[in-house]
Amino acid sequence: MANVNLKINGKAHSFDVEDRTLLVNLIRDHAQLTGTHVGCDTSQCGACTIHMNGVAVKSCTVLAGQADGADITTIEGLAKNGKLHPVQQAFTECHALQCGFCTPGMIMAVAGFLKDNPKPTDDEIYHGLEGNLCRCTGYINIVKAVKQASKAMSK
Amino acid sequence: MHTFSYVKAKSVKEAGDLLAQHVDAKLLSGGMTLIPTMKARLAQSSHVIDIAGLSELAGIEVKDGKLSIGAATKHVDVSRSAVVKKAIPALAYLAGLIGDPQVRNRGTIGGSLANNDPAADYPSAALALNATIVTNKREIEADDYFQGLFQTALDAGEMIVKVVFPVPAKAAYEKFPHPASGYAMAGAFVAQNGKDVRVAITGAGPGVFRWKEAEAALGKKLAAASVEGLNVDASNMNEDMHGTKEYRANLAKVMTKRAVAKLGGK
Repeated sequence: MANVNLKINGKAHSFDVEDRTLLVNLIRDHAQLTGTHVGCDTSQCGACTIHMNGVAVKSCTVLAGQADGADITTIEGLAKNGKLHPVQQAFTECHALQCGFCTPGMIMAVAGFLKDNPKPTDDEIYHGLEGNLCRCTGYINIVKAVKQASKAMSK
Repeated sequence: MHTFSYVKAKSVKEAGDLLAQHVDAKLLSGGMTLIPTMKARLAQSSHVIDIAGLSELAGIEVKDGKLSIGAATKHVDVSRSAVVKKAIPALAYLAGLIGDPQVRNRGTIGGSLANNDPAADYPSAALALNATIVTNKREIEADDYFQGLFQTALDAGEMIVKVVFPVPAKAAYEKFPHPASGYAMAGAFVAQNGKDVRVAITGAGPGVFRWKEAEAALGKKLAAASVEGLNVDASNMNEDMHGTKEYRANLAKVMTKRAVAKLGGK
């Protein structure tokens, strides 16, 4: 067993988990934050994207033990004081989702990537979304939302 | 995933000792290959030794005309490093093409080279740039290091500590990524130092290899036209649902020409 101490959305947690536990399972099953989704479980779809120490990672491909001491932000921790994060706001306004399954991962990936590149070109947006799949083919509105969030955040 | 013991190593020495003690132990850095492989039950490890945080495996520096990159350096850090961009811009460019942003945020150069996936990007850079793979035991020249499909010169209990790249006069990388996976269908890394030109091809064959006929021709004249009459031997290429041997051999040539053109040799 591994003892994992970490912060999730600002709150300190301590869990005893099997060594093979994945971070996504710790988040969903132990911390009971089910906004982070498991899509493909093979590191391709990005539905499990969260921020680990401020950086977007696929939590289905991180062992819980690797996150010991880490500061984790999930989709539940993105809104501050009841106010949606600009990326969440833009996804809502641009209708950047259909079924919504990929959305938590998309939003976490975009929030991470806009930190590094606040004013991306279209091409940079496409490449920035390479790690996330939307099977409803909703990319047009997702790209629109990224642009709107980029504008809102650079104001 | 099968069960295993997760151990966080406190030093390269401890990690090496653990590797030597447990024959079925695996090193974990970014985990971008190891974890999916274990999840698919294609690998079963008794121990997973986490070396990600070791300061001995960190750092990027240029000294005496050589760029040295710590084994646990993430792709994102190589792609954004001002030091790498100045010394070998093609290497920073290559790192920025690996996988996707989330993968680049975790995956490491040492992991990529230790795994030696036939479609990985870094092996082509290490081979074309004549890099030295520095391990906890010795130094291995790239020409001796890569030994075909997922095979390297690394012994049991041996781990990569850093990679040292001689800074070339010029270098370029061109890759044709598989549209779904992003892995190289074929990638060509071309490095030039005066008359000495090295061409390494990844993705097309069962392992990274040097295209020596192209090297000789480009050594005489660094121009895409120099390789026009040459052909990569298709009989040694990979063949699968994504492309035939002939298709991959041709792609390797096209990528080489594009890389040479990027170096200014039209």
